[in-house]
Amino acid sequence: MTALPDRTERTLGLVIDLDTCVGCHACVVACKGWNDQGYGAPLSDQDPYGAAPQGSFLNRVHSYEVTPATGPAQHVHFPKSCLHCEDAPCVPVCPTGASYKRVEDGIVLVNEDACIGCGLCAWACPYGAREMDLAAGVMKKCTLCVDRIYNDALPEEDREPACVRTCPAKARHFGDLSDPESAVSQLVAERGGIDLMPEQGTRPVNKYLPPRDRDAWGEDSDVLAPFLTPVAEEPQGFLGWLDRALGKL
Amino acid sequence: MHPARSLLAFTTLSGMGFGLLFWLGIDPTPPKGWVALAFFAIAYALCLGGLAASSLHLRRRERALRAFSQWRTSWLSREAWGALAALSFSGAYALPLLIGVGVLPLGWLAALLSLATVGATAMIYAQLRTVPRWHHWSTPALFLLLSLTGGALLSGRVLICSLLLVASAALQAWVWWDGDRRFARSGTTLASATGLGDRGTPRALFPPHTGSNYLLDEMVFVVGRRHAAKLRVIALVLMSGLPLVLLYLPPPHLFGLLALVSHAAGVLVSRWLFFAEAEHVVGLYYGRR
Repeated sequence: MTALPDRTERTLGLVIDLDTCVGCHACVVACKGWNDQGYGAPLSDQDPYGAAPQGSFLNRVHSYEVTPATGPAQHVHFPKSCLHCEDAPCVPVCPTGASYKRVEDGIVLVNEDACIGCGLCAWACPYGAREMDLAAGVMKKCTLCVDRIYNDALPEEDREPACVRTCPAKARHFGDLSDPESAVSQLVAERGGIDLMPEQGTRPVNKYLPPRDRDAWGEDSDVLAPFLTPVAEEPQGFLGWLDRALGKL
Repeated sequence: MHPARSLLAFTTLSGMGFGLLFWLGIDPTPPKGWVALAFFAIAYALCLGGLAASSLHLRRRERALRAFSQWRTSWLSREAWGALAALSFSGAYALPLLIGVGVLPLGWLAALLSLATVGATAMIYAQLRTVPRWHHWSTPALFLLLSLTGGALLSGRVLICSLLLVASAALQAWVWWDGDRRFARSGTTLASATGLGDRGTPRALFPPHTGSNYLLDEMVFVVGRRHAAKLRVIALVLMSGLPLVLLYLPPPHLFGLLALVSHAAGVLVSRWLFFAEAEHVVGLYYGRR
């Protein structure tokens, strides 16, 4: 049955730092690359070299501009993948039992052999985290790289999601968010991590760390400024004569 | 939301078919013999035709039977069971009628199951908090009312049908008026979607990719919203206005048929708008609705 579990033993998820993300899309490429060859049907593209290419991605990076009441606007890169919600609305709507949330670690997965490709779970997700694979006709979503994180064949440092492993800015962190002592939980507590669309009642596991406030120019922030002030306000010599002569005209 | 042809055909045809099964089921003096055969054949053709159309919406049709498994949690699964039960009990009620024997309680059960099926279909949409226009009690109310109206029209109940035509038109008009305000009422904005609202006013600067994607094609369907106002008038006229006049013109069978065609076309336009005008909150991430 695709009922959500009452509780999960662990709550694995991501913490995404909007302050340090530089918007390089390396996580998008790493995700696509790993999921082309790993778990389930390979993520397909349609018309990849044609006029209107498109394809399935499990992670995409948006970009927003935030304009405060005063001061300059701020540019925020915004990676978005499945948030592995505790009250995942995509799971109970599934008519076949293909969608489920794992009790042992809270990962939301799709059993692709049971998926009929009706698309209702994608409708139920407010975050756009599920995309139909148009070649395989089954629903694809972030697996939190379930085939990496428990994979003994990989070196220890590679046993984390491909997006986390590849991020050059360390803007993505992976861990158990139900453990208050874990590095990710501490990061969320320290930086005031937030939920996306809390009003949708999904209780997302993934948290977003808001951008830090930008530095502002203070009174004496520029130590060189005093040396650059004009020494002579009034022109001298020929320029002085020209200035006076033109002023009299 | 993308108005898939399969779903338009399904909700319109099956809605009328199950509506007809309802009225046949609660009829204290049900038709018998050949007349019963004709009525039930029409109802079955509509229901099964609609269900067949709905299966076209599935990308892996060969696994469709799996959809019966999750009735405890999924409205889509409940709809499948409802349709199977309604059609089975209606069949069990119809067969004795062909030889002139009416087992009325069986008919009542079939009627109840028919309505439950339409209700389950509507709940598939109404349960989605992500589409504020649908996430409302009026979604099942309108689906049920239109189903009852279509069924009354098909079974030739002129007075009841006239009342239902007026009632469904009134509810439809209010649903459009109120529906236009539901997205704002839901409280979901780009500010809550990104969590950046505390810092100022966010706006989408550029999308994650240059082309389209499944999400935009499926859930940010904006084609034709431009003509929504005109289509609403057309839907109301075809769905209720015209049938109300045609029902009272002689000869009843010819104009009854015309009323039926007009009503079905109107419901189809209304269903098209139901999908095309529905805004999914994911559009906010793309700076669109």
